[in-house]
Amino acid sequence: MRTGPLLEIQNLSTHYVSAQGTRVVRAVDEVSLRIDAGETLGIVGESGSGKSTLALTILRVLPPAARIVSGKMLFEGEDLVQKSDTEMRHVRGKRIAMILQDPMASLNPLFTIGDQVAEPIRVHEGTGRATAWSRARELLKAVRIPSPETRVNQYPHEMSGGMRQRIVGAIGISCEPRLLIADEPTTSLDLTIQAQYLNLLRELQRAHGLALIFITHNLGIVAKMCDQLAVMYAGRVVESGPVSRIFNAPVHPYTEALLNSIPRMSDGPQRLTAIEGQPPDLAALPPGCSFAPRCPRAFDRCREEAPPEYFLDGRTARCWPRRTRSMSPAAA
Amino acid sequence: MTITTQVETIGLEPRAASRLAGIRSGDFPVIPALILLGIAFVAIFANLLAPHNPEIGSLTARFRPPFWQTGGSTKYLLGTDQLGRDVLSRLIFGARVSMVVGFTAVIFAGVIGTALGILSGYLGGWVDQVIMRVTDTWLALPALTFAIFLAAIVGPSMWNIVIILGVTYWTRYARVIRGEVLSLKEREFVRLAIVAGCSKWTIMRRHILPNIINSAIVLGTLMLGVVIITEATLSFLGVGVPPPEPAWGVMLSDGKQGLMVGRWWLTIFPGCCIMLMVLSANLLGDWLRVKLDPQLRQL
Repeated sequence: MRTGPLLEIQNLSTHYVSAQGTRVVRAVDEVSLRIDAGETLGIVGESGSGKSTLALTILRVLPPAARIVSGKMLFEGEDLVQKSDTEMRHVRGKRIAMILQDPMASLNPLFTIGDQVAEPIRVHEGTGRATAWSRARELLKAVRIPSPETRVNQYPHEMSGGMRQRIVGAIGISCEPRLLIADEPTTSLDLTIQAQYLNLLRELQRAHGLALIFITHNLGIVAKMCDQLAVMYAGRVVESGPVSRIFNAPVHPYTEALLNSIPRMSDGPQRLTAIEGQPPDLAALPPGCSFAPRCPRAFDRCREEAPPEYFLDGRTARCWPRRTRSMSPAAA
Repeated sequence: MTITTQVETIGLEPRAASRLAGIRSGDFPVIPALILLGIAFVAIFANLLAPHNPEIGSLTARFRPPFWQTGGSTKYLLGTDQLGRDVLSRLIFGARVSMVVGFTAVIFAGVIGTALGILSGYLGGWVDQVIMRVTDTWLALPALTFAIFLAAIVGPSMWNIVIILGVTYWTRYARVIRGEVLSLKEREFVRLAIVAGCSKWTIMRRHILPNIINSAIVLGTLMLGVVIITEATLSFLGVGVPPPEPAWGVMLSDGKQGLMVGRWWLTIFPGCCIMLMVLSANLLGDWLRVKLDPQLRQL
């Protein structure tokens, strides 16, 4: 049996290049991450921090303007960056599946539910319609769709939002992938349905031994769902590690500020804490740490030199050590 | 009493019936649809309906007026032409030519244009550039002049006309369909198909094509009128359906000299046929466009 991480991303950079080549947006910049089989990795960050681009990079479904500039993505030991388009097509949906940002719109209005759940099975396993459909019925049962026998013959508009969501989940797991990437799958749902859906995802994960990459900006969901957490800011992973430890003792000032900005019931009537300033323009990043202009604890070195990734027992952070810390640069 | 009746209606009305009622109660163009159906019926059963052979006349019975005018007889209901051929029979067989040419040319143009439009819109990049620049060039040429030019090259025959019309009019489909595909390919379900590992061809066939087929059909109905007019024009100019085959355009052309000496039936009847058919096709197409366009349908 092969050991080691299911997916290991090393120094991955994805840039958007304008048509004239004059503007380069560093949407994903030197990102290193790893996820083990059956584990859940949460990726958080504000809008435009590169979370979705990272997800699209993993599946190699980037828009034409984007380039993978450098880095490796080792999935079960194979580098996804080096794979041909045809090889990638056999990875997508089969070994790595994805749930999109708006699952409500993810179903083709013209085809029945059965057709759409069966589609990846037919594409990847070449099974006949009948076999694929009976699998589709089982999948619908697995995602708790009541009376799947009749539902397979219905169209998306006949389903409620929560049901469509679960159907998209069923499509995701239809070929029993090893890794499921969920890109903000709950943003379009109300809270009770959200909770149900998250529970369902966790059950599916346990039942199928899926690894899950959960992209969100909701730290509450991270706390509920994830084992590992990576915080992204301006295209970089500024801090990563086990969720509980990051929540208890954030190292990076940005993570700290994010956690402080969560309103608490016990806070009483006071203004919400916000992070001062705006995220930087990804095409014109400051020379030093990209968070330095907004960082309350920035000092001279932060503004001049970008900090490398530091390792500290199982977690990483891109921040210059302020006091004497038992941290060593990754290069060492 | 009133309440009971209401409950019954709501409870009993089946879905199919209400859908039909929706079509009926809407502004469905009944008369144009009936005219088109009528023409189609006449075209299909031309052999049975026509009282005379449309291509063979008797020279002893030239220029007979319609039966209600002096000199006309009920043997030739709508009169005869310069070769003594029965105008009514020629109109009936002309419907067949118009229908066949109209529909096949529209379908031919539609298949070329839709295929190129999907390729252009979905693949993008240089494929898009090439197809769209060719389309631009094509559209810059005046359609009729271009059709005449092609007709002069390949020579007159009914099937050549179909090909010429298809080759002339595919650009309109390509343009419209490409635009639709451009917005469609950003939709979430297409992206889901991509991340589910479907190939480009599968996506174009299974996700793009079924979603643009509505627009293609609407465009086809609207094009039907244009194509029939062009066919008649080409025939009128002598590069279309070759005589003695009865085409409405040819009849117009043959009858035009007689108009000055009062032989009006040779031009008015085919003219009316063309007008009715084109008008009906356009009205039907316009209704379909409104009906199938979700933005105009007001969901």
